[in-house]
Amino acid sequence: MTRFRVSVHIVPRRGLLDPQGKAVTDALHTLGFASVGEVHVGRHLVIETGAADAAAAEASVRTMCARLLANPVTEDFEIAGVVKE
Amino acid sequence: MKVGIVSFPGSNCEDDAFYAVVDQLGEEAVKLWHKDHDLQCSDVIILPGGFAYGDYLRAGAIARFSPIMREVAEHANKGGIVLGICNGFQIACEAGLLPGALLRNDVGYRSMPVTIRVEHANTAFTSAAKVGDCLTMPIAHGEGRFAGSEDLLDQLENDAQVLFRYVDASGAPTVDANPNGAMRNIAGICNAARNVIGLMPHPERAVDPLLGSKDGLVLFESLLVAAHA
Repeated sequence: MTRFRVSVHIVPRRGLLDPQGKAVTDALHTLGFASVGEVHVGRHLVIETGAADAAAAEASVRTMCARLLANPVTEDFEIAGVVKE
Repeated sequence: MKVGIVSFPGSNCEDDAFYAVVDQLGEEAVKLWHKDHDLQCSDVIILPGGFAYGDYLRAGAIARFSPIMREVAEHANKGGIVLGICNGFQIACEAGLLPGALLRNDVGYRSMPVTIRVEHANTAFTSAAKVGDCLTMPIAHGEGRFAGSEDLLDQLENDAQVLFRYVDASGAPTVDANPNGAMRNIAGICNAARNVIGLMPHPERAVDPLLGSKDGLVLFESLLVAAHA
């Protein structure tokens, strides 16, 4: 069993109103960042877990996302990285 | 009728629900601890408002895995009445007992009176009301914007599962009357079997003129009709 740090990004599903993202977008426009399109505010989780290999660690975290960490109705997730400790 | 009110760590409306059932309806109520596996023969289960588990991750996301939720789901699957109010609605959605999801409000936390219109009276929580009744009661939430796919919303409308809508003083579901950006002004729904009901406003805080409104009482009186049917 090897220890891994698995990073996950969870963001509101595209097309659903994201009030935090919209507020940040408006603030960036006010600051003059006119080229900014949409901003999506989500969560970044780092999960330390043991697994046989990196693929197993990622698969395990995908299951965690499906069951608890992300809401399948309103959020999307992506594995941002799997690092051996 | 015996009502079981579940206390999660962070729940804060158990006493309000208890007051509505015991002091105003004159029925029996018992508080149930979330770590227990015993509904104590309750006819109706209330998942009350509050901030279970600090609303960490998403409101209701962690509470849905509390031990007692296994029995609550069994109760619901057998046709037992489950009522989710505010945080309880969020928990019921996270648990899959109700469809859709409750997202962060479009304008932040709101604590204010709202008016909701009864859309259907054929459930255990609306049977004593009349379709079109406009009820005033408080909301107090930061994550109450009901959301789902357009297909889901159409299906909920077609199957008469949208029970309450935010409306203005004339009973119209306007943008201005919508306190949180909920899709189609939806304030409360039921499941397909019509025995699990969830709403964001707090009827248990509107059961006595001293509280500013007793419009919520008719919803609790509906439970009595159902329990004695």
